[in-house]
This record gives sequence, structure tokens and C-alpha cells, in this order.
Amino acid sequence: MIDFAYARAESESAAVAALADDHATVLAGGTELLNWVRLGIAAPERVVDIGGLDGLRGITRDGDTLRIGALTTLNEIGEHPLVVAHAGALASACLQAASAQIRNRATLGGNVLQRTRCAYFRAEEPVPWPCNRRSPGSGCAALAGLHERHAIFGWTDECVAVQPSDPAVALVALDAVVDVVGPAGPRPIPSTEFHLTPQEAGLREHRLDPDELIVGYRIPVAPTRQAYIKIRERASYEYAIVSAAAVVGGSVARVALGSVAGKPWRLPDLVDVPLTREALLPAVEERMADANPLPHNGFKVTMARNAAVRAVLTAGGDR
Amino acid sequence: MALDYAHDIDITIRVNGRAVRAVVHPRTTLLDWLREEVGLTGTKKGCNEGACGTCTVLVDGTRMNGCLTLAVQCDGREVTTVEGLADGGELSPVQRAFRDLDAFQCGYCTPGQLVSATACIAEGHATDPATVREWMSGNICRCSSYPQITAAVLTAAQASR
Amino acid sequence: MIATRVEATAKLTGSATFAADHRPEGVLHAVLVGAPVAAGTLRGVDTAAARALPGVTAVLTAADLPDFPRLDMPAAVLTLPFTDDRIPHEGWPVAIVLGETIEAAEAARAVVGVDCAAEPPVLLGSGERTPAMGEDAVVFTKGDVDAARAQAALRVEQTYVQAARHHNTMETSGTVARWDGDRLTLWDAVQAGSTVIPVVSAAFGIDAANVRVVSPHTGGGFGGKGYIWPHEVLAAAAARVTGRPVKLHLRRADQFSAVGYQPWMEQTIRLAADAEGRLLGVEHHAVNNAGMVETHVEPATEASKSLYASPAIRLRLEIERVSLNVPTPMRAPVEGPGLWALESAMNELADEAGIDPLDLRLANFAEVSPADGRPWSSNRLREAYAEGARRYGWRDRHQRPRQDGHWRIGHGMATCSMGSFRFPGAARVHLGADGRAVVESNVHDIGSGAQTVLAQIAAEELGVPLDRVDVRWGDTDLPRTGPTYGSSTTMGTGSAVASAARDVGKQLADLGIEADAMAAAGVGEIVGEGTYELPDGAMFNGDGEGTPYAMRTWGVIFVEVGVDPDFGILRLRRAVGVYSAGRIVNALTARAQMIGAIVWGWGKATMEESDQEPVHGRWLAKNLSNVAVPVNADIPADIDVSFVEEFDEAASLIGARGIGELGATGVDAAVAAAVHDAVGVRVREVPILPWKVLAG
Repeated sequence: MIDFAYARAESESAAVAALADDHATVLAGGTELLNWVRLGIAAPERVVDIGGLDGLRGITRDGDTLRIGALTTLNEIGEHPLVVAHAGALASACLQAASAQIRNRATLGGNVLQRTRCAYFRAEEPVPWPCNRRSPGSGCAALAGLHERHAIFGWTDECVAVQPSDPAVALVALDAVVDVVGPAGPRPIPSTEFHLTPQEAGLREHRLDPDELIVGYRIPVAPTRQAYIKIRERASYEYAIVSAAAVVGGSVARVALGSVAGKPWRLPDLVDVPLTREALLPAVEERMADANPLPHNGFKVTMARNAAVRAVLTAGGDR
Repeated sequence: MALDYAHDIDITIRVNGRAVRAVVHPRTTLLDWLREEVGLTGTKKGCNEGACGTCTVLVDGTRMNGCLTLAVQCDGREVTTVEGLADGGELSPVQRAFRDLDAFQCGYCTPGQLVSATACIAEGHATDPATVREWMSGNICRCSSYPQITAAVLTAAQASR
Repeated sequence: MIATRVEATAKLTGSATFAADHRPEGVLHAVLVGAPVAAGTLRGVDTAAARALPGVTAVLTAADLPDFPRLDMPAAVLTLPFTDDRIPHEGWPVAIVLGETIEAAEAARAVVGVDCAAEPPVLLGSGERTPAMGEDAVVFTKGDVDAARAQAALRVEQTYVQAARHHNTMETSGTVARWDGDRLTLWDAVQAGSTVIPVVSAAFGIDAANVRVVSPHTGGGFGGKGYIWPHEVLAAAAARVTGRPVKLHLRRADQFSAVGYQPWMEQTIRLAADAEGRLLGVEHHAVNNAGMVETHVEPATEASKSLYASPAIRLRLEIERVSLNVPTPMRAPVEGPGLWALESAMNELADEAGIDPLDLRLANFAEVSPADGRPWSSNRLREAYAEGARRYGWRDRHQRPRQDGHWRIGHGMATCSMGSFRFPGAARVHLGADGRAVVESNVHDIGSGAQTVLAQIAAEELGVPLDRVDVRWGDTDLPRTGPTYGSSTTMGTGSAVASAARDVGKQLADLGIEADAMAAAGVGEIVGEGTYELPDGAMFNGDGEGTPYAMRTWGVIFVEVGVDPDFGILRLRRAVGVYSAGRIVNALTARAQMIGAIVWGWGKATMEESDQEPVHGRWLAKNLSNVAVPVNADIPADIDVSFVEEFDEAASLIGARGIGELGATGVDAAVAAAVHDAVGVRVREVPILPWKVLAG
């Protein structure tokens, strides 16, 4: 790891002010940043530790809104009664992420900002192959290489990697809002618009500006049934091959797919579709008609469709 | 308001009940600090990226990966390593269960397993085999003593009750 | 006898020291700088930026290091790094960074400039294939397999592939080297410390008597720490050049290319059988990858000349050279890959013949060695089959529910078998007048429970309580004995300990006293020496070669696997393994080894894989976040392991054969059969990843 200078932010505003510096980076839990620095993905000269900002931590219900501070850890969220009761898909996604000990450090704000797990991207310096996210303009080795775990939506020749966050998928299905603070003050970003695919924005991965800080999330509370399904060959402590979050309320089922694109992939809502396997399969298939798999990952279209159906049925349908 | 950045940070961490004061570089992980500066080599380095759990320690009673934690982040906190589990010469219930149920082989992942198991029980996750297996999955045992580890965690949980 | 491990307290309190836990005064931390390309030549190394970083003591390149000679086995890499400018694989060491701290050395690694003339790498499947040994790929022939095929009622011909996979020990390999004048001490993570000495002393041209290797605990071996790897020499070289102790604890990324792995393999099996499934001919062709320069042969065909009775057998072995580091034995070598192919083909033959796979095995049981007709030293495989089938409920498996929620349930079985690797053993046993005994022998603690077993053997032979026996191991100053690999330790060193203890007994008898009368007789201590010798004083004996008996180990594995057909994911529900492996000295540690071995088989069958990147030729991922090994959630509590009661007096003085690798054989074939049983999909390429099941 390269050497860097360190300071603790004593306030949210101090942290935001520090980010005006192009060579400064925020440290929350650190589970991602430390690996970025080890691999050479990030090379900050200055690191501002926001871990002491207790105002950014915690879970509260405010009328029809569930508020979760950005520094709340995945285990705190996953086991919190309010989250379990009103955002079960998020609770489940948090508890299926990483390992128990990582979840004790990893924060929700940091988790959704984690970068792709593409093995090409995660090679250490000096990067031995083209990767536009490591060295813009160099190309994408995964496109011509091994990409079973890569995108089926929203990719371009520039990058075929997927966003790996589990909680982000649930947040998108829940229509959560990301609260962000920057030099100009606070602004909300719908979670459905937070992450960006290469088709939408080239190499830009999300709408958070470098001088902005995620401070929290707002999740609408409504009577719904929810589920998060994570598919992986290892039973735990592994990234998803695909995942699906489903939020079912009234006659509408909202579904987001994970690990299929550079962002959590929200399907068009399933409205008035009977909650049976027979009815859901063609309905989901229709909503995935724009899937465009790579040469070696056509199976992910089937797998993602099945995950979507399984998530909806698990949330609350007939079997 | 400019922040006061520094390359040398004065920290005090209570390690296994003893206050340790040191000046550390920010990039030094809790794992490397414990092993190389404090001399507590019981905590092991397996992957140095949070993918194996051999470096698991307790920070203020909560289990964490020492390789994903900077020493500076633990300033003012209480850190417990495998060396701090036994009460004097008396093995903890978790340690005894690991011995009696043969829940280790080469022993390299064992410090992390023991610390993780101690936390798993304290968290209330040592309720049944499936729950233990899930909540102990952050500690890889390549010798693969998993059934014995699960049994030891459940046994120690009963002994602690 | 059930005895918990003698080293338990040390391992449970963090006081057990592994190689990297040694921190000699003034130690420097070393990090290897590897070649960034998979093939080519090295043009130059620019160390200036690295040397300029604070805390960096030195950056060594070829010019700074001794001229190493070409080495002999058991060096895994005979032509050491820094001896020429060829780059045989990515990660090949081209510089060594030395820092006052780990952080300084690691930061400097990334800024060492390595200038290479890159060449296209040779990829798996496209390298040159040559006979593995000698001029001819055929390594064994018996009868006429072509004629057998012509007259067969049933034929199976299939090709089975297995991915390369690394040992992924939790402790990466590492060496701490310190010179005291001409004397070199290595604290080393190894499975055979005594074999480090000839390699390292040859590398430096020094007297072997000046090298000592200390290794109290080894954090997982599985074969990866069996042979001698370049970093062990390089640590010593760096220490010599700098005049300070050096710790070279491989970073996880470097472990992938600095130490071996189980090779990628492609095997074709041709079975010919009569209508009842009795084998008429077995043909087995195995290809494993080797390095471009260094060679490793994986003799997987051994399985096909040792397991089933067949009048005709023909075996072919080839290697394929590719731009990867050289493979090495890994639990389970030889029969591990071999049985993946043979047992898969046997399961396909059973389906073809409409015979229960267990009955097919029974019909082809080998009463004597199929290779040469010698009788077995001991073989209780038929009892193991029967006991395993009973414990599993094999015969009525399909009467039980075939589905559990989303999971389709499949059952599979396979025979397990390993050869017997025997090495000479030596041990010393001290018996004191105070009634305490000390066992000394340079075995290694890789987690197999070796030292506990040795203590038990001594206690039993001497008639002293186990808690009065101490064991000293892991130091080349102790009596030299066989390596701690090849499932050989209990057989060889265990017999030597028994022999040394009997020597104590003989000396007591010569004195005409009992042990408890030593003090009264003025005898303070009696020291017994014991050895375990092989026919003709050989340093290795495989399968009882040169003796009247063929020696192997056997077993059977039954697995119940859940398959979710929506996703192609597999989950192990339960497993039953029953083994015929000679006497079991410690039921607790033996059980742990067999469970571990079954989990290794599960990992191989379902997830473990190191991919060669198909354009750039290096390992795609060199970390544990993109390379999966089983975690606790993968492994159910219901792993039922047992052994057939047995005492093999031909194999060893104490009646034992070997167990550590046996349990890892056959599991992959059983899992593949269970997947087929569950969803009708036949996968012939492990690991059986979800997309392979979905593609079926």
C-alpha cells in the first residue's frame, strides 16, 4: 500500500469540504478502500476518516419513510427490526453480502460504491491487460476473455463488468432515495438512477460527484412482501452470479436484478401478473427482451429470469 | 475548515486488556500492527484482502478483519486477539470445545475461527447448525474441519449459557 | 483410541509459531517482483523509483545475486530465477524488494520497472504434447485392448477434463532466513524440512551440515509445501547479500505463480465390457500441463491398472507444455485425477449396462493386483462397499423423496483408491526414570495429527500414559525421517517410533529391570533408536513394489447432492465414506482428515478452478476473492466417515497404511453421478459450475 496522510473529519461539512481536494478520499469502513489502494485502483494522497461521524449512523422510522444513515453497517441493517419489518429485501441482501466480520465494518454507503469484481479490473499494479476502468483507452480484456460472470445488459465494448453490490439491488427494487451532500448542499438521487451503465455514461459508474458524500438513504414504507435471492456456486461469502430483489404490493411486483449490468437492473414493473410460475416466466422474459449476452454468458439470461421469478414467488405468491 | 492531515499518528489501543500506545503510519493495518509492532503473531495473515478470515479480531467486542482495518481506525478502542481469549491459564469455553471436538487441524485459521466463534456466540447466532454454518462462513478452513467447528461453536454456546 | 491433539493448547492460544511468526532481530521484509508477461525475455529492471521510497533497504536483481547452479529434485524448479533472461511464466521473479516494514516493501514492488520483450503465451489445450516419460506415451500394456473392444457388448469412450486448481493453503508459503557466518537457519513452511537442505546447500555451494531447517507448524500443506520452491533459496540469498535476516512470506498473489498447483488435465477412458458389465479392456490416456521449462508428470493412469480386474489394460501418459508455472502434487495426486476419469466412466458404464453402479464395482473387484497378479497386502474394499451402502441406504435410495423444495435430489457413488507411498523412517525415544518419554523425529505438523499419533504409538509401546509423552518435531536437528506427504507418515515414522520404543524395552530387558525401577537401579534415561526400512534400502517404495504384496488403500464414497434446476447450483446434503486403509491409530484425527478430504473433493467437483487467461496467458485471478474454495455453509454436519477394522502387517510394523489423500479420491465422480441422477445432465468437466448444468 502506498503511503498516505490521514485525518479525521469531525463534522459532515468538514468531510465535504475536504473532498474539494482532488487527491483526498473518504474512508468509511475501509473494506473497499484498503483493497483499492493495495491493488492500485486508488492512490489517494490524503484520506479523510468519516468513521467518527455518528450522525451518519443509525436507523429510524419517520412516518412513511425508513431512514438509514450511510455509515450504518450491513449487519446493523440486516438485523434491525425496522428494516426486517419494512425493507426485508434490503435486510436479506445485507446479510447475504460478504461475511459476518466484513459486514461489521462495511457501511451501506460504502457498499453501494464498491466497484466491480471483474477479475481483470481487480488485478494488481502494474495491470497486465487492457482495462478501461484502470487505464482509460486501453480496452477491455474481458470482452475477448473470460466473462461468464459479466453483463447481459447495458454494456459496451468499453466495459462489460457488473456492479456487485447486493444492498444496491434491494434499494433499487424498494425505490429508495440516496441522500447526498456536496458543496452546494444536499440533493436526493433516486436509487434507480444512482448507478450508471457504460451505455448510459461510458466509464462513469454513478451520479455521485467526487466532492459529494452519501449521507443516508430513505426507503418508502408501504405494505409489501419482499425477497432477495442470491445465486452463487458457493453457499456463502461469495459474490452473486445473478441476484434478484422483489417487492410485491397490491397488484404490482417490482423487481431488480443484480450482477447483470453496470447497475442494478430494474425490470419494468409486473402489473396485474398472476403470481404463479407459469404466468411470471413469460412476463419476466418479456421484460428482459433487451438482454444482450456476451459470447460466454448466455446462461445468465435464463438464470436471471429464473431468479426474478423465484424472488417474486418467495416474496409472496403461489409456488 | 482544513483538516489536520498527518503521516504519523499517535494512537492508544487497549490490546487484550493492556493499553498500547504507538505512533503509526496511517497505511498500517491493524493486522500488520499487531503482528509486527505489538508482537502478537497469533493473528494470522491469509489473503490480506478480506477473503479468508484468518485475521479476525474483536474491536470493541465486534469481530472484524484485521487486514481490512487500519490501526488508526482503532484509536481508543479495545482489541481482543486469540492471545486474549483464555482467562489466565484457563481456556475459554470456545477454546475447550475446539480442543475436545477436534475443530482444527493445521491451526493456521484457528485464531480467526476462535475469535469469530466467540463473537458468533455473543451475537446470538449459535442457535442451530445452519445458522452457525452461515455465520461462521467468513472463516475459511482449508483443512476443512467445518463439521467439527460447527459442533464446537454449538457446544461452547451451550456451555456459555 | 481417542486422544485430542498434543499441540492443541499452542494452537488454541495463538502461541503455535508458523514460519512468518519468526521475527529475528533486524529482519528485513522481502517481496518478489514478478515478470508482468507470461512469455518472453527480460530486457531490464529499473529499481530507481523503488529504491527511492522511504523504508526500502534494497532492490536486488540478477546482478546482485549468486550464480545459482541447476538444481536437482526435490527442487520443484530446477532452473532458478535470476539465472537467465527467459520468462517462462507470468510472475517469474525478476527482482526482490527488501524493506524495513512490510508496507514499504509492498509499496516498492509496484514501482519496480520491468522491461520485457513479450511473446505470445502458450495456452492450455494448444501446447505441444509429448510422452510424459521416455520415448513412448504408452506406460503400461497388458493383454490386447483393441481385441477386447472389438468383442465387447458394452463400450464407453469419454473424455474428462479437470481445471487447474491451487492448494490455497491458508498460510501462504514463506521462509525466514538468517545467516550466522556460514551457518544458515531457515524457518520454513514445509512438509519435508530435511529435503530442503540438499537443495539449498547445492544452490549456495555450502556444506549441508551448515543448514538447519526449523518448521514447528505448517499452515496447510496438501502437497504445495512438499517440494522445494525458489523463494526458499531466494530468501536465503537476500539474507546473504544484505547481511540481515530476511522474511519472505509470499503475498497471496505471488503464491499463485511462485508455488505449484494441481495441473489442468484431459483424460480419455475407453472401457470395454461384456453384457454383465465385466471389464474386458481398460484404456486410459492422460494429459497434464507442465511448464515451458520445468516438468511435472501427473501419473493419473495408475488408477486404471490398480483398481479393477481387467484382462487387457493400456495406459498412455503425456504432458503439454504451456506458459504457466510448473504444477506439483496436490491432495489427492495421481489417483485423484485418475479416478475422476475412471470412476466417471464406470458410472456411465453402469448406466449403459443398466446395472447398479455398486454392483458394477463388485462385478469387477480385483482379487489380486490387476497390474501384475500379486496378492494384496490387505484389502477390505468389499466390506467397505457393504458397510457404506448400509450406512447410506444406497439400495433403497430411489424409494426416498426425489425432491426437497426447489432441490432435486441425486445420489452418486464411486470407489476411492490411492497407492501406498512409503518412505524410510527414523525416530528416537527417550524414557526417563521419572516415567516421562520423549519422541524425537523430524516430521511436520501440517494438521494431520502426526505428532499425536506418534505420541500414542510410543505410549502404547512403552506402556506409559499418553500425557507423559512429549513429542519433538519440525527441526532438522532431530532424526531425519520421511516427508510429511503422500499419506506416509504414520506408516513410516509411526513404525520407526514403535521400533525405537521396542528398543527401549529391549534395553530395559537387557538390564533386567522394569521401567519403574530405573531410578532405583541408577538408570536416569534410556534412549532407543528405531528405523523403518524399505526393501533394498530404497528411499521410496510405491505400492509395495519389489515385495510379495501389492499395497494400496481403498474406500467408497456415497454422496447426496441437491441440484436447483433453475440455476444449476449444487449443494452437498450428506456423504458417507468407508475406508480400508489398515489400522487407524487415532480415530479423531483420522476422521478429521477424511472429512477434510471429502470437502476437498466437493471443492474440486463444484467450484475450485484457476483459469489461465485465454489471451494473456497468466492466471486470471491471483486472490481468494475471485477463486472459490468451500466455506462452512457448503458443508453439512452429516459427513459420515468410518473405517473397516484392519491390521496390515505387510505394510508396516504398526499395521497402518495411509489415509490423508484417499478420502479426496472419487468424490468428484460421485458428485457428477449425483448431478446426473438428479437432473439427467452429464458433466464431464470439473468444476461443475452452474452454467454447465444449465447447458445440459
